[in-house]
Amino acid sequence: MEQQNVLEVRNLSVSLPKNADRPNAVENISFTVAPGEIVCVVGESGSGKSVTASAVMGLLPAALKPSTGETLLQGEDTLQANANRLRDLRGTRMAMIFQEPMTALNPVTRVGEQISEVLEIHTDLSAADRRKRAIEIMEAVHLPDPEKMVDSFPHQLSGGQRQRIMIAMALVLDPALLIADEPTTALDVTTQAQILKLIKEMQERRGTGVLFITHDFGVVAEIADRIVVMQNGRVVEYGDRDDVLRRPKEPYTQMLMASVPSMTPPDRMPRTGKNAIEVSNLNKIYGRTGWLSKDRIVHAASNVDLHVRRGETLGIVGESGSGKSTVARCIARLIDPTSGTISLHGTDIGTLPQAKLRPHRRKVQIVFQDPYRSLNPRRTIGQSLVEAPVNFGVPIDQALKTARDLMELVGLSGDALERYPHQFSGGQRQRICIARALAVEPDVLIADEAVSALDVSVQAQVLELLDDIRERYDLAMLFITHDLRVAAQICDRLIVMKKGVVVEQGPTKEVYSNPQHDYTRLLLDAAPGRDVTFGSDTAA
Amino acid sequence: MLSYLLRRLIATIPVMLLVAVFVFMLLRLTPGDPAAIIAGDYANDAQIAEIRTKLGLDKPLPVQFMVWLGNMFQGDFGESFFYKKQVGELIAARLEPTLSLSLLTIILTVCIAVPLGTLAAYRQGSWLDRGIMGFSVLGFSLPVFVIGYMLIYLFSIKLGWLPVQGYQRISDGVGGWLLRLILPSIALSVIFVAFIARMTRTSVLEVLGEDYIRTARAKGQTETRVLMRHAVRNAAVPIVTVIGLSFAILIGGVVVTESVFNLPGLGLLTVEAVLARDFPTIQAVILLFSFIYVLINLLIDVSYTVLDPRIRY
Repeated sequence: MEQQNVLEVRNLSVSLPKNADRPNAVENISFTVAPGEIVCVVGESGSGKSVTASAVMGLLPAALKPSTGETLLQGEDTLQANANRLRDLRGTRMAMIFQEPMTALNPVTRVGEQISEVLEIHTDLSAADRRKRAIEIMEAVHLPDPEKMVDSFPHQLSGGQRQRIMIAMALVLDPALLIADEPTTALDVTTQAQILKLIKEMQERRGTGVLFITHDFGVVAEIADRIVVMQNGRVVEYGDRDDVLRRPKEPYTQMLMASVPSMTPPDRMPRTGKNAIEVSNLNKIYGRTGWLSKDRIVHAASNVDLHVRRGETLGIVGESGSGKSTVARCIARLIDPTSGTISLHGTDIGTLPQAKLRPHRRKVQIVFQDPYRSLNPRRTIGQSLVEAPVNFGVPIDQALKTARDLMELVGLSGDALERYPHQFSGGQRQRICIARALAVEPDVLIADEAVSALDVSVQAQVLELLDDIRERYDLAMLFITHDLRVAAQICDRLIVMKKGVVVEQGPTKEVYSNPQHDYTRLLLDAAPGRDVTFGSDTAA
Repeated sequence: MLSYLLRRLIATIPVMLLVAVFVFMLLRLTPGDPAAIIAGDYANDAQIAEIRTKLGLDKPLPVQFMVWLGNMFQGDFGESFFYKKQVGELIAARLEPTLSLSLLTIILTVCIAVPLGTLAAYRQGSWLDRGIMGFSVLGFSLPVFVIGYMLIYLFSIKLGWLPVQGYQRISDGVGGWLLRLILPSIALSVIFVAFIARMTRTSVLEVLGEDYIRTARAKGQTETRVLMRHAVRNAAVPIVTVIGLSFAILIGGVVVTESVFNLPGLGLLTVEAVLARDFPTIQAVILLFSFIYVLINLLIDVSYTVLDPRIRY
């Protein structure tokens, strides 16, 4: 006997406001989620995957209106339900978890209260019983010491623990449908692996239907039963996991799969250029010993040694809190190291006072993670690009000419200098940030998670650009990332960091094929979708 | 927490000392001989000399300062030249009207402004929002004495519902006390309602865009509770800050209102003291106001830790 689907989306269209770039956020999409099944909706930003989820929950922003279709939750159309009915359904029959567990939880309310709030809304349980249920469900999602943790505030928990709280909150009333919107995107890879396992366990044990929204094909490979591929608001491919992942029919799916960097590093020639930068015994200690206050000290970086040759890319990989960005920022002297030497062409810039540091600043440039926030929104691209060269005494005309050339080098039109950052897409902005870094002709380019915020197809292009620029200018590149797939493809050598300490280093190929440290092995094993082949060189 | 409080309290000592030095110098730096000023235009040399000895003005400045400071620590703020009374008693008598007015005003303000601002944020862009914001512009632009006289004209003179002016001690009956304070509080609160409603709107608007608001809705929570439980609580820190600062400004700024409604409070006392060059009174009033400011700032900071568990010192 066929069980009733927990969710059936039929011909759903959601229209966008008039001035948007397309008429519909999602257009005529259909798919189903059966009980105990995980359906992954995968797509790049703007594909309409989150809009679909919000439409089902009735949580669409006021500007977006479903125009046609149905979203049947166990046969009941949630698009037609009134506000009261929707509130009754939320939390009881459909529940949702979100991307950023820190911001998705109310920071000023204890986590136990946030879980029991669901019970307070939908049941008649007494306060004591609600607390009991909250502790039980926290136990079920494997939170340590729930009796104590129930009274914690969100900021006292780790990212993974917070996401477990979110899951506990969503599942406390055993909903038929769980919608997970990028639930592991903000988490470290080892934490991500645990959360994916938990979602799978909950879905199996409770028979919940899961609608899992993600941009990450690795995660899809790890968790999906069936896959919906979306592009620009339409479903381009829909089928069983193995069909879509191993035999993608549509060119768009094939392109997406090919853009996912492979976990197998390519062969790279060892670089033999001169050392552009040498770091030894670098320490960065945060915190202070205060009068009348407890000592709070964090060793963000402990005795880090590294060097980067000209023309070489050194990757620093690690999870959040590993100190990888601290090291990068110390090298760029955006923060002051506590001790240690940073030798740039034989000059120690590690302890140089600000005034004497200035001439050396141009030698080390940095590209940040978020291209939306690293360009001043009120200045034109031209103004941003000439600012640094002019500071270093280049005449404005010459700086503008260089800026124009650089824009073309990074694949944008030289005419774009007159425009403002918001007129560009994320990938284009990251290209602009790279051009900005190159404008002062640096020797060392630091890319701090520079491709992490980009969609895979754009990510592939920006990685190619970075590699190209390194080659062309013989740059020493320091590539900071948490993404082992990206690191595999672009780095000549790797440093693995954990809690401020370098635990392993070596040529990329060796680190991946023969990891020495337990932590490196843990990281490599946690990378999702290891059993599926991605990447342009292997995808047919 | 306790150690934080202790540290903050200790930190107020240098601030108060600095104010004390300033206040002390105020009298000493006045052109001419303070004793001569105090004695007035018709005093003879002997009288001036007597005053000088009495005030200790013949001793070196640091000694004078220490004596003055020591007296104050014992609650002796000196004698008013003008009223010929102990300044301590004078201020104590004037404290009640001012505190009553300020407290009532701030309570009124908070009760009106916070719900208005929250509502405006929740219905952003609606006629309600525009109405509230329009009122707030009006509130900013109307001087307190204009509102005061308008209210007196309407409610006291035309309608005869409320007394025109004056003050009744709370010990002589809460009813009469409240009746006489209603109009001044309303007049004084208008500008603060405008200010705090605006601040609340901005702060709540920001919070309404947060992910946890969406989470609360995804739980099936009602809109009212989403606002009360999740939005306002999180928006509270900036709102409480301006409420605290408003209160501080209020206490120092009741002069006009006290004049319009003829309330015998600190504001009127300050004006009278300044006009009469009554230095001991001026000094004591300045010190008192500074102390209140410091205290309110401390309270604001402490309230942060209560409102937001992430803030720890």
